[in-house]
Amino acid sequence: MSTLHTVNKSPYMTQSLVSCLNHCKDGDAVLMIEDGIYGGLAGGQMAPIVEEMGKKVSLYVLMPDMAARGVDSSRLLEGIEGVDYTGFVELVAKHDRTQAWL
Amino acid sequence: MSDVKKFLYVNRKAPYGTIYALESLEVVLIGAAFEQDVALAFLDDGVFQLTKSQETDGIGVKNFSPTFRALGDYDVTRLYVERESLEERGLTEDDLQEIMYEDEDDDWAEKPSIRVISRAEMADVMAEQDVILSF
Amino acid sequence: MEYTVDGKTVPADEEGYIINLSDWSPELAEVIAKSEDIEMDEERWEVVNFLRDYYDEYQIAPAVRVLIKALKKSMGPEKGNNKYMYELFPYGPAKQACKIAGLPKPTGCV
Repeated sequence: MSTLHTVNKSPYMTQSLVSCLNHCKDGDAVLMIEDGIYGGLAGGQMAPIVEEMGKKVSLYVLMPDMAARGVDSSRLLEGIEGVDYTGFVELVAKHDRTQAWL
Repeated sequence: MSDVKKFLYVNRKAPYGTIYALESLEVVLIGAAFEQDVALAFLDDGVFQLTKSQETDGIGVKNFSPTFRALGDYDVTRLYVERESLEERGLTEDDLQEIMYEDEDDDWAEKPSIRVISRAEMADVMAEQDVILSF
Repeated sequence: MEYTVDGKTVPADEEGYIINLSDWSPELAEVIAKSEDIEMDEERWEVVNFLRDYYDEYQIAPAVRVLIKALKKSMGPEKGNNKYMYELFPYGPAKQACKIAGLPKPTGCV
């Protein structure tokens, strides 16, 4: 049993990503979408926290949201996987429930 | 297999600055007609929704905090509140309004609906749901 | 639409629910009831007063099943049932009784 969490706000604006990570169970997945993708960037203040969490959950970003914001995938933290919309759907189907962190 | 699913409404926003809190409550009341297993979770700024002594006359919007006390009539009898979220905001359970329900299976005994639980317990509650609705 | 009570007009929406809850009075309730072809009597007042008390306490009009469950508890099974409620208010307690009580249309009433 596992959960797909989606986060759609920048962690530099709201607590949503931190709160999400605080409520993840081992084996869960976190998909960063919309402004949430900024949580996946290397070099920022959030990076160590996200990197640490990456050890127990799988981290994903939605590539079309990266492209829209002019963020190249080379800027992502190591271990974060990019997915397209089909990959998003596959993640939803693979987990038992989806929880949105707004 | 039973048709009853476990629904959790997750509330993470303070009451009057945005419409999320009121919308959540309205969806809970409407959804209650479908006789599912419904519980509410309050964490992060969502814990501010349950504080006592809300008085909205001065800002010209409806005070919906009394409506939480009607939830028992709609068979919504579990309101999980995260202890860490309260503490981070300088609140204790005493700052929350009293919300009771009548237990039909226990000669209509009055029981508290609010259950203060830890962050780890909240994660467990979330992980046992069929459907999670976020507000 | 609007109602007239003692020469005063009270505004209502297109379905007949009054706009300002503070406009309500027992006299207005009689006028709204008449427009619904309902004659107010002791039994109907009992329901209308219950709805107003419920709204006052919880800021919502109760769903029909909540109303019936509560009446069953306070007034017994002969009054707390669907049949009795529809005898008093043929078009439904939500639609008619709430309107007469001066409350907004109940949440979840479709």
